[in-house]
Amino acid sequence: MKLIESFVIAIRSLFTNKLRSSLTMLGIIIGVGAVIAIMAGGRGMENYVTSTLEDLGTDVLYVQPSNPDAPGMAAMSPGYATPTLTLDDAEAIARIPSVLGVAPTNENFVELTFGGETITSVIEGTTPEFQEAFTYEMASGQFISERNVASRDMVVVLGSKTAKDLFGDEDPMGQSIKINGKRFTATGVLASKGGAMFGFSLDEIVIVPITTYQTRLFTLRTPSGEDSVMSIGVMVSGPEAMDDVKADIETTLRKRHRIDEDEKGDFSIVSMEQMIGVFSDITGIISIFLAAIASIGLLVASIGIMNIMLVSVTERTREIGIRKAVGAKRRDILLQFLLEAAALSLVGGGAGIAFGWALSLAISFIATLAGFPLQATLSPLHMIVAVGVSIVIGLGSGIYPAMRAARLNPIDALHYG
Amino acid sequence: MIEIENVTKIYRMGKVEVPALRGVSLNIQRGEMVAIIGASGSGKSTLMNVIGCLDKPSSGRYTFDGADVSQLSDNRLAEIRNKKLGFVFQEYNLLSRVSALSNVELPLIYSGGLQKHKRAREALERVGLGERAKHKPTELSGGEQQRVAIARALVNNPSLILADEPTGNLDSASTAEIISVFHKLNQEGITVVLVTHEVDIAKQTGRIIRLYDGKVVSDEKIAQTTHP
Repeated sequence: MKLIESFVIAIRSLFTNKLRSSLTMLGIIIGVGAVIAIMAGGRGMENYVTSTLEDLGTDVLYVQPSNPDAPGMAAMSPGYATPTLTLDDAEAIARIPSVLGVAPTNENFVELTFGGETITSVIEGTTPEFQEAFTYEMASGQFISERNVASRDMVVVLGSKTAKDLFGDEDPMGQSIKINGKRFTATGVLASKGGAMFGFSLDEIVIVPITTYQTRLFTLRTPSGEDSVMSIGVMVSGPEAMDDVKADIETTLRKRHRIDEDEKGDFSIVSMEQMIGVFSDITGIISIFLAAIASIGLLVASIGIMNIMLVSVTERTREIGIRKAVGAKRRDILLQFLLEAAALSLVGGGAGIAFGWALSLAISFIATLAGFPLQATLSPLHMIVAVGVSIVIGLGSGIYPAMRAARLNPIDALHYG
Repeated sequence: MIEIENVTKIYRMGKVEVPALRGVSLNIQRGEMVAIIGASGSGKSTLMNVIGCLDKPSSGRYTFDGADVSQLSDNRLAEIRNKKLGFVFQEYNLLSRVSALSNVELPLIYSGGLQKHKRAREALERVGLGERAKHKPTELSGGEQQRVAIARALVNNPSLILADEPTGNLDSASTAEIISVFHKLNQEGITVVLVTHEVDIAKQTGRIIRLYDGKVVSDEKIAQTTHP
């Protein structure tokens, strides 16, 4: 007997019992759907984090103060780490070969006031190199200059969203705004970048010279009484120079901070690649874990299929007897019931992919509404895996009932019931 | 065509052995129409299962069409049932959810080959049911259902048709109809073996083999008197 004919027989007998077939399929649909939605959502989350971090520039190293006694990532958290870096450190790093520029940056929340409008925003106190390090374009005006930094000018460059929130349709250029009560002049507006970092839009910022930040807005000093820098972005000429630059920064800062080789440093150097890797790992582990939990649904569904196939074999004992009497061999009966189970789970798996995809679109939609522009991504690999898993489930749960059917003695089967 | 030599069949019910056939010997020639009669429990159904290659004898020798059935594999037996044998049962044993035509096609699915629809339709026409091919068994009378079963039995052009109480569930008009179909097929050269407990029906065949308690107690040829 040909495989296609067996498949037609299988599909036809599923159709003769539509309600039962669809209820059995529902288990597979939900199981596959849940796994697909989680995989797609996880993939979307990973893409989101990766692209956000890439938006910040990949050829950049970050030097941050670090508490040598704190464990793991906590060492870098502002709560743990003593401020140790200064503008002089940044200048020393800038002299290292293959370093194109450094962007020492301090960051905080501020209140902005213009006219009657007051909003909260993130402020970056930095140097002109910041623009290149974080790949910002100007929409109008100029970025802060060396001169602004040198003379601690009260000038501010506005992020596109901040400008819009504060000024609406008015032109901010040359306008005077208050930052935490101090008067600044707007000299430039950034072009929109679109991305967001952990919920903070990259367009919802204001930028002032780091010297102005240190002296007029927030004072944070190193233990030796100097103005401190929270982080130093280091632009490197290319990926191939990364390792050398990292080593050079290490030596330079250890020398400046008088730290012996066998001691832990009071700073840490992180590359964007590392951060992307860490976040990819985290999202990857989370989605695999969730998918594993969701696949319990698949296990339940496969038990459902086996159950229904066993019932079906018992119900159709006489049919099996008839088929054997007119010449069906064991393998014909085995194939018929196996294909029935496989068809059941294959169709269910297909519908499950559609369901999971719809679910992940809904998740993306809700996440976007909530402020995370998440784009759930369904890869062909996921679909192939889902279809493959469905077939395996069908065959796995169908094999035992099918074997029971094939083994039936035709005489007993004919006189059953 | 059928050579049975000292065949026994013993069923095991738990620890008890129940002999259903205790040394049956008989020959049936090609083209014969034979009735096997006996009370229930006489072993006639068991004998039919053995002849029909649904069951193997416990001992003795059964040769069908020159092949020693007790030596054959299950798959070979399935092929013989498919190509050389046709079964007709008391309960019709049709698949209730598909049409008469699909029921008749069933053996062709397992034998392969082309023109399944055409051959199935021809078989239905041979039993006079050509116009009811699309009906499901539940929409047909008992006599019609049994004719569908006969069409299914002969669709692969078998050399032997085995009928187990084929008229057991039918009224006298339908019975006459079915018996006449068997006569017609027999005249076309198909060997027919009827298992029955009704002497009236047995008398319409050419030979009556009587079973009692798992043994052949009489085997007589009868002159064909009437032809219904």
